[in-house]
Amino acid sequence: MSTAHGQASVAAAATREISYAEAIAEALRTEMRLDPRVFVMGEDVGNFGGLFGGTKGLLEEFGPERVRDTPISEAALIGAGVGAAITGMRPMVEIQFMDFTACAMDQIVNQAAKIRFMLGGKAEVPLVIRTPYGTGLKLASQHSQSLEAWFAHVPGLLVAIPSTPSDAKGLLVTALRDCNPVIFLEHKLLYPTRGPVPEEQYTIPFGQADVKRRGEDVTIVATGLMVRRSLEAAEALAAEGIEAEVVDPRTLVPLDKAAIMASVQKTGRLVVVHEAVKRGGFGGEIASLIAEEAFDYLDAPIKRVAGRNVPIAFNETLEKRAVPSAEDIVVAVRSLTR
Amino acid sequence: MTTVKRTTQKSKTAPRAPRRASSVDTIPDAEGPDRMAMLRMMVRIRAFEMKLAELVRDLVIKGTLHPYVGQEAVATGVCFALRTDDYITSNHRGHGHALAKGADMNRMMAELLGRQTGYCKGKGGSMHIADLDLGMLGCNGIVGGGIGITAGAALSAKLRGTDQVSVGFFGDGAANTGIAHEAMNLAATWRLPAIFLCENNQYALSMPYAKAVAAADIASRAVGYGMPGELVDGNDALAVWAATRRAVLHARQGSGPTLLECKTYRWLQHSLRVKGPDRPADEEAAWKARCPIAKLRRQLTSEGFLDDAGFADMELAAVKEVEASVAFALASPEPTLDEIEKDIYAGGFVE
Repeated sequence: MSTAHGQASVAAAATREISYAEAIAEALRTEMRLDPRVFVMGEDVGNFGGLFGGTKGLLEEFGPERVRDTPISEAALIGAGVGAAITGMRPMVEIQFMDFTACAMDQIVNQAAKIRFMLGGKAEVPLVIRTPYGTGLKLASQHSQSLEAWFAHVPGLLVAIPSTPSDAKGLLVTALRDCNPVIFLEHKLLYPTRGPVPEEQYTIPFGQADVKRRGEDVTIVATGLMVRRSLEAAEALAAEGIEAEVVDPRTLVPLDKAAIMASVQKTGRLVVVHEAVKRGGFGGEIASLIAEEAFDYLDAPIKRVAGRNVPIAFNETLEKRAVPSAEDIVVAVRSLTR
Repeated sequence: MTTVKRTTQKSKTAPRAPRRASSVDTIPDAEGPDRMAMLRMMVRIRAFEMKLAELVRDLVIKGTLHPYVGQEAVATGVCFALRTDDYITSNHRGHGHALAKGADMNRMMAELLGRQTGYCKGKGGSMHIADLDLGMLGCNGIVGGGIGITAGAALSAKLRGTDQVSVGFFGDGAANTGIAHEAMNLAATWRLPAIFLCENNQYALSMPYAKAVAAADIASRAVGYGMPGELVDGNDALAVWAATRRAVLHARQGSGPTLLECKTYRWLQHSLRVKGPDRPADEEAAWKARCPIAKLRRQLTSEGFLDDAGFADMELAAVKEVEASVAFALASPEPTLDEIEKDIYAGGFVE
């Protein structure tokens, strides 16, 4: 893993509780103060402050040149982001819902991801694409998907998926300073969640997992909102005498394989949890990694706890049951430890 | 140039008289371009492209190429109205654009042969030639793929406070992609210093323009975006230069983008590996009779700047340059195998 993707720099400093959305906005605000090349554009990012508040307050401080409300033109926004990025700017494009990245897929996959390679390494594409993903708001099939595997599959893209406010801030600062296109995924239900976040600017390196809970009996690798569900599950399991270790990769590309392997080598058991549909999901990648490289350490089969292979329904119950609950995780872990 | 040139005339694939500036005396610029250099550039582009046909046939070049023969006046006219620090984006038919923007023929040829000394170290090939130092932001393998990048480079210039202009070359086929609409609307709304340069060569692979678009002209779309639009005779390098010059001045003074449609004709097949359906022989003959090189050559000859021997010298020099580029490419090494995982990420990250 190169160090180019950020250096850990959390120092002792004032820390207070803010929301995930506030942490996102704070990362953007502080980077925009530090680096005049950083600007943001997207649908409703200015006056509205972003549908989920990720760009709140930016228009007031930086004005409409650097905080650009845009027409509904996802493909052109990413295209313009690429064009600006290869000519010296550092754009952050917000795509209002992850589902809408489908409208811009050519620009993300064929342009942003490929330009550097196709040009023999001569271009840099410092482009951050922030986008909310996931279920929970009763928004049905076109506003609820978790499509991270699409992007993790494409060489040339980096994929970050922070689960806490402090991770969100540190990873977003890293993303904004990186020279590659970054897909930055924020679960909708995480925006109002609160947690301690240092006031000062800091970075969290890409490719460095965080162990959110220590345990000896089973490794749970989870991403985004599922980190919270896994921690809930771990508490329930602790009451039964099972100590789960919850590993949050924080970035899928690059992936901290060593941290996952180290945990599995300790516990001998692996459960992978994500909200995205199971079929073709990133959990398969993690499971394969362990099967290929740490099989001898396994005391039980690998389990994936993931979304059902279905579109997300509008109905609240159907929506809820399409994705993993804490109870689903508990059941999966029990099946490996009994 | 404040209004869109409305056009009601029915589109035809046969050539027709230009509607606007067709010679230097209508150019609103006292000096005008170096016409001899323009002719030389067109001759170089043609010599390059004709050699490629031979190299592809003989499998010296693998893969495919999209030849620019017949359209040389567009790239040349546009790029002679630009500065080196202005940007262009290009498409799959981009060799002419690259050469006209100043690209080095040796490095281009080496790229087409997949060599380490090529513009992209052999990783991009024909459809991805770029030279950022020349403002050439890249050819593109996706039809329409560069149009959003054009808007972005223009936005970048605006945000950085420069007076650079960003020109996007795209064809009549790309004009029908969604991003063409999105990017032109975005650029017009934000008054970006962009020029949307539609090179209407009458065919999207086998699809004739008239079967793909109901309107006679692409340029008339400009009115819907609130930007100036202009039809240009794409076989008249000086008309292209003059129209581009107007659009460049418009953009540099902060007045926003322009849509230029250059009507022209691709002489050869869509690609050098594909034999498409035959086009009407009279159509091909009529367009070839309006050869852009012959046109400028006649003008310069009639004005006494050029004689037959002078033109022959020009052609010979171009052929020699092309042959030298082939020799350079053939003498260049193939990329080493470790290149396969290089240049994917800045910072050197390899998984």
